[in-house]
Amino acid sequence: MLKYFDVIRTLVSVAIALVIAFLIIAMISDQPLETISIFLLGPISTTAQIGNVVEMSIPLMFTGLSVVLLFRSGMFNLGAEGLFFISGLVAAIIAIYASMSGFIHPVAAILAGSMVGALLSVIPGIMKAKWNADVLVTSLMFNSILSGIGLYILNYHLRDAAAFSNVSFKFQETARLANLIPGTRIHTGLILVLLCIVATHYFMYHTRWGYELRMTGSNRAFAEFSGIKTARVIITVHLIAGFLAGMGGAVEVLGMYSRFQWSSLPGYGLDGALVALLAKNNPLSVVGAALFLAYIRIGADQMSIMSDVPAELVSIIQAIIILLISAEQFLKMWKNRQLLKEAEKLG
Amino acid sequence: MRENVLEMRNITKVYQNGVTANRNVDFSLREGEIHALAGENGAGKSTLMKILFGMEAPSDGEILLRGEGVRFQTPQDAIEKGIGMVHQHFMLVPSFTVAENMVLGMEPKRGLGIHYEEAVRMTKALSEKYQLTVDPRAKVESLSVGMKQKVEILKALLRGAKVLILDEPTAVLTPQETEELFKQLLLLKQEGHTIVFISHKLKEVKAICDRITIMRSGTSAGVFNMADVTEQEISRLMVGRDVMLKYDKEESFYGPPVLDVKGLTYVNALDKKALSDIHLSIRTGEIVGIAGVEGNGQAELVKALTGGLDGRVQGSAKVNGSEISNLDIRSIRDLGISYVPEDRMSQGAAKEESISDNIISTRYRSREWNKGLFLKGKSIVSLAEKLIEEFKVRCSGPAQPIGMLSGGNMQKVIVARECSIDPILLIAEQPTRGVDIGAAQLIHQKLLEMRSQNCAILLISADLNEIMELSDTLYVMYGGELVAAFDKPSEVTEEELGLYMLGLKKQQGEHAGRSVTSDAQVL
Repeated sequence: MLKYFDVIRTLVSVAIALVIAFLIIAMISDQPLETISIFLLGPISTTAQIGNVVEMSIPLMFTGLSVVLLFRSGMFNLGAEGLFFISGLVAAIIAIYASMSGFIHPVAAILAGSMVGALLSVIPGIMKAKWNADVLVTSLMFNSILSGIGLYILNYHLRDAAAFSNVSFKFQETARLANLIPGTRIHTGLILVLLCIVATHYFMYHTRWGYELRMTGSNRAFAEFSGIKTARVIITVHLIAGFLAGMGGAVEVLGMYSRFQWSSLPGYGLDGALVALLAKNNPLSVVGAALFLAYIRIGADQMSIMSDVPAELVSIIQAIIILLISAEQFLKMWKNRQLLKEAEKLG
Repeated sequence: MRENVLEMRNITKVYQNGVTANRNVDFSLREGEIHALAGENGAGKSTLMKILFGMEAPSDGEILLRGEGVRFQTPQDAIEKGIGMVHQHFMLVPSFTVAENMVLGMEPKRGLGIHYEEAVRMTKALSEKYQLTVDPRAKVESLSVGMKQKVEILKALLRGAKVLILDEPTAVLTPQETEELFKQLLLLKQEGHTIVFISHKLKEVKAICDRITIMRSGTSAGVFNMADVTEQEISRLMVGRDVMLKYDKEESFYGPPVLDVKGLTYVNALDKKALSDIHLSIRTGEIVGIAGVEGNGQAELVKALTGGLDGRVQGSAKVNGSEISNLDIRSIRDLGISYVPEDRMSQGAAKEESISDNIISTRYRSREWNKGLFLKGKSIVSLAEKLIEEFKVRCSGPAQPIGMLSGGNMQKVIVARECSIDPILLIAEQPTRGVDIGAAQLIHQKLLEMRSQNCAILLISADLNEIMELSDTLYVMYGGELVAAFDKPSEVTEEELGLYMLGLKKQQGEHAGRSVTSDAQVL
């Protein structure tokens, strides 16, 4: 039992959050049962709805994976947000101005976005490794900086005056990602992110670098003592995490839109932290965590369209989950009882 | 029969990491007795007393004070009920004077300020009453360890302690200071105080205690009147068999020196000479021990040899001819040096990671364990399985997080890691502190085995029994200097070592800090 304590705690947290959500729905809705059924079944009622869940989970998986790497190495870095945004913009520039053939074009745009993500991400990494600057602070600052720079570029260089809102010129058709499943908007980015997840899992548990990353995150003094150059590990992790977050931004822009149209930070980076939290910093679990988050969001959207409860309900559910998972004392009594039982068994 | 002033019934304590420190322990105190709580390191003595003093909550069981059920949430609750505790590591503010420390948290007031003269007067009065002589105006940092202990005892008395818990009070004292402490404890007893004396030193226990509760691996192994048991019986109950650490050492044939330290000096950030002019050499197949009261430069010496001082040392330290005092830990390890750190939690292991991950941390970079970027998973697991068996680590398998193991088993994993990479020099810092006797013996056997395989070993320990039994050459460290050297450590008495450890005695230059050339005999 004890082995699964973390998993059980996560599931219990989710269950409690959902129960509270139902209670709130019951209080404010005129037709509570119907509303709940829309919320729960709406996202899986039609192929198109399932498609919505899956396509929303793609960027969440990218940023979740990026944050998992950072959290696992002990870095509380929330910079995926800004990197996701700016890399999407970089990919958009390539998609608008470069002319290449159908396959090369998106590859080049995604690579450019990823590289920019990696290079920008490494700056807080170096500041942490060399001068022990708090990555939480520097990464949040970077989000503001990148958002400002991105909006400047969008407004003064990419903006299509012929369009009615604040959006860029149209991407060339060759740059857009191919559709994977007809009847939905699920694009080839899904394959890419699943490959990244498997690769990251393999990287984390079967390679020297992954080993160094885990040891540094678990106990930096121990890693140092064993001869691991932890400063180098921290910088490497930032490079990889930035690369993944950047790839996520580029893929999202090329897969879902025909123009760059984010006029503020889209929020996927911070959602990535929530995914990492739900996934218990485990790369493979990112898939489930991202799908779950996308599922309750689509459910809430459906609910707000078809019933009298607003979509903001999802924020309450998220907040309760975060609260319960990060509260160390939650279910500790239960753990203590299990410990006691186990100890008695041993003799 | 006198009444029980305090009773602990059926106490069980399981820590968060799954370690059971106490299992169904009963413990009782009679009014006005000195009660010994004896047991090996890790037997659960300290945990039991921490529960009594409100520092830990018991997982199960109850505490009765004068027949009344009590529940201590914090030490404050325990103090209010007349229980005081003197910890092994003193809880004093070094930059405050004795009087200021005494009244901390209960200061006599004058207006808005503290009535310092009143504090001095209170301290003086109390110290005269109990004949615990201290200077109320002296700064605590300038006091000797024995003095600090007196301040701690007075502090507890000032807060109205009738029951006084002393956690290994003699561990930091020299034999001379110990005797003085005993006189004072007997005085306190006459005044009607009840004292719990935690120790694993049988002679001391026998000397002053009325009754004894013996702890063995978390359980109570019995309560006796001191007159009714012999030292041998106590020792048998403590370890479950008649063991005094004693090893048959094979004769060793020393080879050339591996470690050669000359004139090593280090001035720390407080401008204090933490190491002064250390000369030391260790030959292959030799165990060199360094004894001393903690905080006399041992930690700095180890740091100097493991890259922890970032080259801010003068003098030289060479391993097989290459200078190491300015290298980082990675390069030092690459030379074939292994290191068992004193603090296994913060330096020795990554608690959440598996046993096999913890085992490969010092070798995963070598070709034997990886193919380029990829680790050889299967070989690593079988290595871990082999070492778990060889070191008799009690665990569920190589994938179990190391933090779930007991202290002794965790230490075995760490020693296994450091010993199994065939080092030319092994630095072992307090390798058996806080582990059970079984683990300690296994670790000692392993060190001797390494010695017969021609490894040079530097053993730093505060455990006199351990260091006198294992060392081929023994140094005593005091105030950052090597003040004595012995070629036949097992023939030295603990009392004599005590004199050197306290700095009361010092050998002249040529003996201490033996140089390689003057001592090239092959034994």
